[in-house]
Amino acid sequence: MRESTIAAISTPQGAGGIAVIRISGDKAIEVADRVFVSFSGKKLVDLEGYRALYGNIVFEDEILDECVALVFRAPKSFTGENVVELCCHGGNLVTKLVLRAVLSSGAEAAEAGEFTRRAFLNGKMNIAEAESIMNLISAQSKSALRAANNVRRGAVSKKIYALCERLEFTAAHLSAWADFPEEDIPEVNEENLRKTLTETLAELDFLMKNYDAGKAITQGVPTAILGKPNVGKSTLMNLLSGFDKSIVTDIPGTTRDVVEETVVLGEIILRLSDTAGIRDTDNVVEKIGVDRAKEKISESQLLLAVFDSSNELDDEDKKIIEEIGDTPAVAVINKSDLESKIDTAFIESHFEQVVYISAKLGSGKDELISAVTKATGSENFSASAVLLAGERQRAAAENARDCVSSAISALDMGFSLDAVTIDIENALYKLYELVGKNVSEEIVDKVFHTFCVGK
Amino acid sequence: MKYIAGNYDVAVIGAGHAGIEAALASARLGVKTVIFTINMDAVGNCPCNPSIGGTAKGHLVREIDALGGEMGKTADKAILQMRMLNLGKGPAVHSLRGQIDRRKYQDIMKHKLELTENLELRQAEIVSVEKTEDGFILESRTHAQYITKKVIIATGTYLGGRIFIGDVSYEGGPDGMFAATELTKSLVNLGLPLRRFKTGTPARVLRSSIDFSDLEAQQGDEPPQHFSFETEGDLENKVVCHISWTNENTKKVILDNIHLSPLYSGMIEGVGPRYCPSLEDKIMRFKDKERHQLFIEPCGLDTEEMYLQGMSSSLPEGVQSAFYKTIKGLENAVIMRPAYAIEYDCVDPTSMKATLEFKDIKGLYGAGQFNGSSGYEEAAAQGLVAGINAARAVKGDNEFILERSGSYIGTLIDDLVTKGSNEPYRMMTSRSEYRLLLRQDNADERLTPSGYDIGLISEERWQKYLKKTELKAKELKRLKSTTLSPTEELNNILVSRETSPVASGVTLYDLLKRPQLSYKDLAEVDKDRPELEPIIIEQLQTEIKYEGYISKQKDRIEQVRRMSEKKLPEDIDYREIAGLRLEAQEKLNKIKPLSIDQASRISGVSPADISVLIIWLSSKKGGK
Repeated sequence: MRESTIAAISTPQGAGGIAVIRISGDKAIEVADRVFVSFSGKKLVDLEGYRALYGNIVFEDEILDECVALVFRAPKSFTGENVVELCCHGGNLVTKLVLRAVLSSGAEAAEAGEFTRRAFLNGKMNIAEAESIMNLISAQSKSALRAANNVRRGAVSKKIYALCERLEFTAAHLSAWADFPEEDIPEVNEENLRKTLTETLAELDFLMKNYDAGKAITQGVPTAILGKPNVGKSTLMNLLSGFDKSIVTDIPGTTRDVVEETVVLGEIILRLSDTAGIRDTDNVVEKIGVDRAKEKISESQLLLAVFDSSNELDDEDKKIIEEIGDTPAVAVINKSDLESKIDTAFIESHFEQVVYISAKLGSGKDELISAVTKATGSENFSASAVLLAGERQRAAAENARDCVSSAISALDMGFSLDAVTIDIENALYKLYELVGKNVSEEIVDKVFHTFCVGK
Repeated sequence: MKYIAGNYDVAVIGAGHAGIEAALASARLGVKTVIFTINMDAVGNCPCNPSIGGTAKGHLVREIDALGGEMGKTADKAILQMRMLNLGKGPAVHSLRGQIDRRKYQDIMKHKLELTENLELRQAEIVSVEKTEDGFILESRTHAQYITKKVIIATGTYLGGRIFIGDVSYEGGPDGMFAATELTKSLVNLGLPLRRFKTGTPARVLRSSIDFSDLEAQQGDEPPQHFSFETEGDLENKVVCHISWTNENTKKVILDNIHLSPLYSGMIEGVGPRYCPSLEDKIMRFKDKERHQLFIEPCGLDTEEMYLQGMSSSLPEGVQSAFYKTIKGLENAVIMRPAYAIEYDCVDPTSMKATLEFKDIKGLYGAGQFNGSSGYEEAAAQGLVAGINAARAVKGDNEFILERSGSYIGTLIDDLVTKGSNEPYRMMTSRSEYRLLLRQDNADERLTPSGYDIGLISEERWQKYLKKTELKAKELKRLKSTTLSPTEELNNILVSRETSPVASGVTLYDLLKRPQLSYKDLAEVDKDRPELEPIIIEQLQTEIKYEGYISKQKDRIEQVRRMSEKKLPEDIDYREIAGLRLEAQEKLNKIKPLSIDQASRISGVSPADISVLIIWLSSKKGGK
C-alpha cells in the first residue's frame, strides 16, 4: 500500500495574507523541486528536514509567485511522510495556480481529511487526536474552536487515561485477590470499590453531558421551522439570517447530499434543513401540514414553532403542537406589535421557551438567542472542560459508563466480585477504545468513514 | 556402537506431565509412539508442590480431562485432600485444588504408560535430534538410534539443568536427577531460539520435627469434588494441611544473608517467575510486608516429608536452616531436602504455531516448561495438544487448534505463541477475558464434543455426557415453566435469605436469578425436583444467575470472531506493507499471525498498525 503523493491548499480559502500549499508523500520533495526555483540555486532534495529555501514558483516558464519552501523529512512531519509546505502570497487565483502547478508535476489532489488520515495511519496521532483535528477544521464558533483545541492537546486522552488508571488498579487488585488466594492478599474494600466506581460514573456522566450540551455549539443542531403558512416563518428566517450571513455553506464530510443552510445564533449553530420546503406554502390542506410537521420533527433536534399572535390558534396549530412531543422546541410568536388574539397561556403551557418577535420593530433577537441556548441545553456547556470529539467517542464513553453502572448494580444486588471485575474490565476495554488503544473492526470502519480510506 | 533401536510415528522426549499427556494422546489416536525418560523412577514426578490444580490450574485439569487427558483421573486416584478455592469470590474463579500422594501419582502414571497400546516407555537420555527428509533420527547417550516421523520435546527443567543452593552450583535436574546436558547443542543446530529460565522449590522437612500444636489446620472440603468427569464414587480427604507465618526474625536472617543468594550475587542469569518467587525475593520486593504465609503440606501417605509451600529459596543450606527455624512450628525443623533454584534451557514459544509445531521445522513440536511455561497443569495441557496434533499430522488429519474464547488451554497456547513470555508463564483466571464462560464446572460442555470427535473420549463416556446434558436441559425447562405461588412458606424462605418477598406467582427460574438464593434454598417449596448430580445443579445455578454476563461475554466473542475471520496469509512479507512501523513489521514477520485478531494481541503491534493491516487486507480483497 504505497501511498501516492498528495497536495492541497492548507490555509482557508479567501484573500488572506499568506497561503500554504502542503505536499505530502514519498515524492513530495521531488514534486516541489519541479515547481520551485530557489534564489540560491539549491535544490530542496539536498535539504535536511526542518530547513527552508526562498525562491520562485515557476510553471511553464512563468513565475507565479515568490515563496518560502519548508522541507520536512519522514517521519518527522505532520503526516509522518516527506512533506513540503510552499508558503506563498495569498489570493485565490495565485494560490490555485500554484496548486495546479503542483498537481501537474506529479502530485494528486488530497481528499478531505487525507493529511490527517495519513498522520493517523503513520502513528503520528491516536484516533482521539485525529478526530479533534477534524473538529478543529470544521469549528465554526469561538467556543467550538476552544473546545476542539482542548482535545487536540490531548485533554480527552489524559482524562480517559486517568480514569483507566484507577479502574486498572482496582481490576488488578481484584484479579490478584482471586488468583492468589494463598498469598493473603487483602480483601478488596467494598466501600472503596464503590467509591471508585461511583466517581468514575460521575466523571463519565459529566463528559457525556458536556458533549451533549456543547453539541449545538461545536457541531450544530438540526433545526426545523414549523408553522402554518403566513404565520411569519419568513420573518423568522430574515431575523435569523441577520445574525451571520457569511455562513451559508454545504458541510463537507457529511454523507448527505442535502444542502443545509447554517446559521450561527450567538454561539449556537442551527442547521436549517430543507428550508425551501418550509417556504413552500401552496395549498396546504390540514392533513398534509401535520404530516409534514411529523416528518420534520423526526429529523430535527430543535424545533422553532412559529405562531401568528394576531390570530387565534386553530386546529392545525394545535395538531402541530401535539406532534412536537419530547423534541426541544421554542415557540416563536410573531407580529407581537399587533393586538394579541392568541391564547398565550395555552402556548406557554406547552413550551418552556416562548419568544415574541416583531419584524416591524426588529425585536426579539436577544430573546431568541437566550431561548435557543436554553432549549438546546447549551447554557450548561463548559468550553474549558474536557470535551469528547464526536459521536464515536461519546458512544464509547456511554458504553463504558454502562459497564461501570452495571458493576455498581452488581454490587448492590449482591453479585460475586468476579462479575464486578468483568464489568470493570469491560469498562476499561471501552475506554481503551475511546482513546484508540484498542482497535476493533467498528473503530476502523469509523476511520474508513471519516477519513475516506480505501479510495 | 550405534544401532537402530526402533521405528516410530511419534517420539516424545521427556516423561513429565507434558510428555505423558502427549504420548498417551498420540498412542490412543492409533499411531506408534515412544516416550523417553532420563530415569524410569522419575516418570510423572512432582518435583515441586505435592498438589494438582489451584487457581486457573484447576480449570486446566478439568479441560484436559474433558478432552480425554489423564491428569485429572490420576490426581483423583492419588488424592489426599481436595478443596475448591475461591468459594465466595464467584463461579468464574472457583478452582479445584488437590493435595496428592506424589509417589502414588507417579506409579499410576507410569503404569498407565506401560499398559497403553501403541506406546513404548523407554529409559534413555536423548542427546541429538537430526532432521531427515521425512522425519527425524534421535540418538541416545548409549548410541541407540530411533527413527521417527514426529518429535515432541518435553524436557521440563532437565534440559541444561543447573542447581543453585547459595554459592554451591552444579549441573543437575530436579529432585537430584541428572540433567540432559547434550541435547541443547543439537537443538541449537536445528535453529531453535533457546534461552535460560529459572525456577525453584522449597525444602522438605521431617514431619515429626514440626510442632503443629499452635498452627492453624486446613481441612479438605466435605464432600470432596473430583477433577475428572469420569471419576465415579466418593473421594476421601486423608490429610490435614497447616498454615504458619514468617516474622521479623525470618526477615532479619534473610536480609543479613541476602548477599549469599545466587540471584542477588548475579550467579543466576535465567529469568524466574514473578508470581512464584523465593522468600528472599518476596522480602526484597515487598519490604513493608511484615509476614508471609506458608502452608505445610504432606507429600504422601507413606512418607514423613512435608512440603513448605511459599518458602522457596536459593540461599545456602545453612541460611535456609536458620530462617526456617524462625517460623512458628518449625523451631526444630529437620530439613530432609534443601530448597534449591534450578536454571534450564527453554525455547521462545513465538517460534511455534498454535498446534505447538515449530514454524520452521515441520514435524518438531514442543510442550511444557520447554515452551517457557511453569506448572504441571500448564505442561500437561500443552502436551495433550502437541500429542493430538503430532498424531493427526501422521494420519493426515487437519490441525487441532483450541480457541482462546473456548478454553483456558486455548488461552494459554495463544498467549505463548502470540505474546511469548519473558518469565515462566503461569495460568491465571485474569488471563481469560471470557472467564465467566470458561468455568471449571462446564469444561465438559465446552470440550468433550471436541474430545469425542478427535477420538480420545470413549463411547461410554460420550453417552454419559449426552445423558447429562439432556438432564440439564430438561431441568432448565422445568425451572422456567414451574411457577410458585406467593405462599407464606416461600416468602419466609425469601426473607430469611435477605431478599424481597413476592406478591404474585413467580417461576423457579426467576427466583434463581437472585444472587441471594441457591437451588438448595428452594428445596422445601420445590417438591417435584428430580434427583440430579451436584455438578448439573452448580452449572444451572451459575448460568441462570450470571445470564446477563454470559450473554455479554458471548457478544464479545462474536465481535472477536469477526476479527479472527479476517485471515492473514502465511506468506506475507510485512516489510512490504507501507505504513507499518518497523517494529511491527519485524514482530509480524516473526509471529506470522493467522488473523487480524491474533495480530492485535502481539506486543509491539499498535492499533495504528492494525488499522493499516485491515485497510491493506480490504484493498487486497478489492483486487486493488
